[in-house]
Amino acid sequence: MDGRSQRTPAELSGRAASLASDRRAARTAARRAKTRRSIAISTVSTIVVLGGLTALIVTSPGWPTVRETFFSWPAFKESFPDVLRAFWLDVRMFVIVEVIVLVLALGIALCRVTRAPALFPFKLLATVYTDIFRGIPTILVVYLIGFGVPALQLTGVPTDPVVLGCAALSLSYSAYVAEVYRAGIDSVHRSQTAAALSLGLTGGQAMRFVVLPQAVRRVLPPLLNDFISLQKDVALVSIIGPQEAFRVAQIYQGQNFNFTPLVAAAALYIAVTFPLARILDRMQARERRRREAALA
Amino acid sequence: MSARFRIVALALAGTIVLGACGTKKTTSSATTAATAASCTPATLHTLSKGTLTVATDKPAYPPYFENNDPKNGKGFESAVAYAIAAKLGYPPAQVKWVTEPFDSSYAPGPKTFDFDVNEISITPVRAKAVDFSAPYFQAPQAVVVAKGSKYVNATSLADLKGALIGVQIGTTSLAAVNASIKPTKQPRVFNNSNDVVTALKEHLVDAVVVDLPTAFYLTAAQVPTAKIAGQFSAPGGDRWGALLAKNSPLTSCVTRAIGQLRASGELGQITNRWMGGASAPQLS
Amino acid sequence: MTAVLELRGVTKSYGEREVLRGIDLIVDENKALALIGASGSGKSTMLRCIDLLEEIDDGDVLLDGEVITDPSVNPISIRRRLGLVFQQFNLFPNMTVVENVALAPRRAHREPHQEALAHARELLARFGLADREQDYPDRLSGGQQQRVAIVRALATRPRALLLDEVTSALDPELVGEVLDVVRELKYEGMTMVIATHEMGFAREVADEICFLHQGMIVERGRPEEIFGSPQRPETQRFLRRLLEGRRL
Repeated sequence: MDGRSQRTPAELSGRAASLASDRRAARTAARRAKTRRSIAISTVSTIVVLGGLTALIVTSPGWPTVRETFFSWPAFKESFPDVLRAFWLDVRMFVIVEVIVLVLALGIALCRVTRAPALFPFKLLATVYTDIFRGIPTILVVYLIGFGVPALQLTGVPTDPVVLGCAALSLSYSAYVAEVYRAGIDSVHRSQTAAALSLGLTGGQAMRFVVLPQAVRRVLPPLLNDFISLQKDVALVSIIGPQEAFRVAQIYQGQNFNFTPLVAAAALYIAVTFPLARILDRMQARERRRREAALA
Repeated sequence: MSARFRIVALALAGTIVLGACGTKKTTSSATTAATAASCTPATLHTLSKGTLTVATDKPAYPPYFENNDPKNGKGFESAVAYAIAAKLGYPPAQVKWVTEPFDSSYAPGPKTFDFDVNEISITPVRAKAVDFSAPYFQAPQAVVVAKGSKYVNATSLADLKGALIGVQIGTTSLAAVNASIKPTKQPRVFNNSNDVVTALKEHLVDAVVVDLPTAFYLTAAQVPTAKIAGQFSAPGGDRWGALLAKNSPLTSCVTRAIGQLRASGELGQITNRWMGGASAPQLS
Repeated sequence: MTAVLELRGVTKSYGEREVLRGIDLIVDENKALALIGASGSGKSTMLRCIDLLEEIDDGDVLLDGEVITDPSVNPISIRRRLGLVFQQFNLFPNMTVVENVALAPRRAHREPHQEALAHARELLARFGLADREQDYPDRLSGGQQQRVAIVRALATRPRALLLDEVTSALDPELVGEVLDVVRELKYEGMTMVIATHEMGFAREVADEICFLHQGMIVERGRPEEIFGSPQRPETQRFLRRLLEGRRL
């Protein structure tokens, strides 16, 4: 019992250290065992649920027909090359529209947040614009512009349905994205603007160098979300004629009475959305980490 | 984290693969012989006993239907439907009409009709998903051009190669265009015939290709300034039949009825009355 | 002695509430004026009015003899000649420290980019912040952020510096480093108006103290007068309460 005092300090600390590492090892082992157990439980329950659902589906009386109609490999093979080729049109459309929307929506948002009395007419116009284009379903906007604009028979106005469809999508989405920008701008504390003004920057400079960079960073998740949504909505342009992926899938569907091409088109849309969704997840995680670090 | 992810992903993949293999039940095909006795209201397995339920899409266009009302018996397909019903022993009072959009008429699952008449072309691939009766009409394709179009004087299919052509989705017109005309510009495909007509009126396309009877109605009533440049036959022809659920017990009886109508000349009379008359120059 | 800043009968209300009720004061060149008073007495409002961030209802503000509250005067050009440092620092989180400091010289004063950066670096180094210049504000302590904020205001070479309770938001152990900076600026002859709770510091650095009470300057004088023998009962009450709170 009194052996303690007979040990040297080095021995004592060495012994304490080895005791500590033993305890640490035991704790780590226990934690690992617990983790393995919970993985096992969740894996088994996932398999059970999925397995149950799958069993329910494949034993249903209509399953063979549904499988043949929606998941037919020959139909997939036949239609996929054309659907894939047509998908390139979708990709081109949503890249172009997204760029236009990002710019146009910013302009509209700035009109809506301005306090300058001289810009009041623009502010009113911007408000009316967002109300109208958020009120009309996007498919209607595509119809109205796709068939309405050529009917006016104005010279010089393009009648190419891809152009008109992209214009319609741009108008519709800019209304939504403008509101997202506006929320971002409003979320930047007014003291930032005050600080910028006190340094002698103009209101426009304050917006450009201080407020907007912060605002956009904050609303990147909803912006990306709208982009993901737009990737799907380019399929609406098909109603005014162009053969994009969904339309091509529909053509095969109507021709052969088989829905598999639609599943093929859906797979393509998902393939394109997937990377964006993951980027979005990562961005949100990073933002949360940064916010929590700042509070810590 | 990655180990956990891998385990769960494997489990998911495994379940999906199992499901995809699935059970493969062989479906029996009903080959009931159609006889006078088996094709009567008493013996036919209609949706509702004693009533024949016939479907078509809305709006129902001339010359296939009149006034968007299949019940009035006017229009080619309305008349054919009532004639088939009569041969099966159903008087007009025992015929019920329902609306069925084209896309859902061939979707799997129980049908809301006994048979569907909607200018539907018979193809072997389609016949894998649904039953078709014997054909009751053979429809050539027609090219309709807008007034002032440079294709208005086309005399052959080759003349139309450079045209921007519009067709309706779900029709065999697109396949016909691609096979017979092989245009250099990709055709535009519209949701319904209304949009096809609008596209023609607004010069969004140089020409539209629809089946010949529709073309007559288009140029007579909808776009009088347009003209039919000519007609052509899609390879394999374009034959319309009534659409029924796969392995429907009614198919053979409907086929039998159509055979009877053809043999007695009644089908020809109906055809001449509603679809006959003018014809268009043949494009080669 | 030329007056850099002058307020004549400045009045300001927010709706029904009168915040400033006829303020008169003069700040001469190279002098530091300390504003003391309870929260809500109008100190911040006064500084914001001087910097033309708020419009006054009545009276005049003069900078170097020129009436800056005149409607014909462009407020932006005035703000370029004044520097305001806020209680909450208000650094721009989307830029590094050096970019924060260089922003106004570049954009508002149109200095070439490299020059502005060099000047910013030099200023930051002078106040011991050279090793933080590439950091973003969220990596800095409160004291460091406030020092950057002061440097940022200095970068535009203002005629006068307005300091609005610049240590009130800081943890006690960080207050000293900021006060060191202000002390240094006073030594260099910067004209300043300092709203503050730090009485000891005010006594040390200010040439004149103004006691603000319910929107009016109730008493003013040299630090030894105000702290040693306050005349007005309001002043006495205020100082006594501060003493109890151990701020002296």
